[in-house]
Amino acid sequence: MIRVVLPYHLRNLAGVGSEVGVPVEGRVTQRSVLDALEARYPVLRGTIRDHGSLERRPFLRFFACARDLTHEDPDESLPESVARGEEPFLVVGAIAGG
Amino acid sequence: MSRVRVLVGTKKGAFVLEADGSRDAWSITGPHFGGWEIFHMKGSPVEPDRIWASQTSGWFGQVVQRSDDGGATWEPVGNEFAYEGPTGTHQWYDGTPHPWEFTRVWHFEPSLTDPDTVYAGVEDAALFRSTDGGHSWQELPGLRNHATGDRWQPGAAGMGLHTIVLDPRTPDRITVAISAAGVFRTEDGGESWRPSNRGLKSQYLPDPEAEIGYCVHHLAMHPDRPDTLFMQLHWNVMRSDDAGDSWELVSGNLPSDFGFPVEVHAHEPETVYVIPIKSDSEHYPPEAKLRVYRSRTGGHEWEPLTRGLPQEHCYVNVLRDAMSVDRLDPCGIYFGTTGGQVYASFDGGDQWTAICRDLPAVLSVEAQTLE
Repeated sequence: MIRVVLPYHLRNLAGVGSEVGVPVEGRVTQRSVLDALEARYPVLRGTIRDHGSLERRPFLRFFACARDLTHEDPDESLPESVARGEEPFLVVGAIAGG
Repeated sequence: MSRVRVLVGTKKGAFVLEADGSRDAWSITGPHFGGWEIFHMKGSPVEPDRIWASQTSGWFGQVVQRSDDGGATWEPVGNEFAYEGPTGTHQWYDGTPHPWEFTRVWHFEPSLTDPDTVYAGVEDAALFRSTDGGHSWQELPGLRNHATGDRWQPGAAGMGLHTIVLDPRTPDRITVAISAAGVFRTEDGGESWRPSNRGLKSQYLPDPEAEIGYCVHHLAMHPDRPDTLFMQLHWNVMRSDDAGDSWELVSGNLPSDFGFPVEVHAHEPETVYVIPIKSDSEHYPPEAKLRVYRSRTGGHEWEPLTRGLPQEHCYVNVLRDAMSVDRLDPCGIYFGTTGGQVYASFDGGDQWTAICRDLPAVLSVEAQTLE
């Protein structure tokens, strides 16, 4: 089970706590984690990634293991500790707007 | 006894205000979706407890919420607004081509006959429709694909389709307004559209007879007179008696004819309300006095309505979708300000009172009259 930490507004939208667990089959990548997250919580579709292009919405960031993975290839493997469920994958709302 | 429900969308959530027919005491629930911008909320005229809310965020995009119990509980429904076919380009602020990009829903207009059908006006300007209760949305692409579409430009707040007027006589006639493209009308249910801007003037357009390019702020229609439309243009208050084929200037003696909302009295089709704003540079009331102006003659002659409204040091704005009327007798009129007040008059505008203060900046106000 992959641990995913959501920002406040998306927790409320999905009706979940600060962290959720999602099953990922195969390689654990940004894309496979977000696919699994949206499959489990369809209300999140379009709120993290664009519906059509599946590109990350501009003001969201992806962190894990004290690293900013936002601009990594979405098909790159995430760190082993995320894949093992030891560390969470964090979806973070960028600080913007003053 | 009839009741009134007022749906208030704000910069930081949705609020639902309710009162019985006396309109003396108001209950307030909310914020729903706290922290999100609620651009617009509107109830179905067929099933008034079904309410649509446009929940938006610069971070998280568009969510559509539907309530089937008058705003007590909400369910997120479909939020995918995909333009149909090639998206093409419109003009950006600097005149360069810019791809059409969905940003948000500015306005919902529920069908007059079917509770599962609702129209959505979006930015970048397009008209969508759902016929399955909001679970899926289909564009009516004839509008965006109009021959002038590649010349449409955004207004200062974006290129939003903000007004949808449904003709009570026929579902085939729909009139929409887009900032800053102007008014367009279909007579065939959205297949084909034509501009309805003849008679409009804009100091921002070098061609005085331009077919498009008008920064229309809002339209209003009385259901008993579907061919008569009132318009708050960027500058100028206008009137059409031929469903938008031609427009006549009716600003008359207004202290400023810049503003955003325009509304028609529920029982008097020639009684019209606007809220003058000093200018497009300042966006606050003339002389710092918040005044609703009423015309009982369908325009030209306007009287200020001030009792109960702040008459000094007032620097709020009232946005295009933030005024509405109920259908009780006497007619109630409601508007919300960027200062977070919701003002109401229960006597056609003579006396005003704040039924709610200190909300976040108000983006939209819609009144429902409930039996």
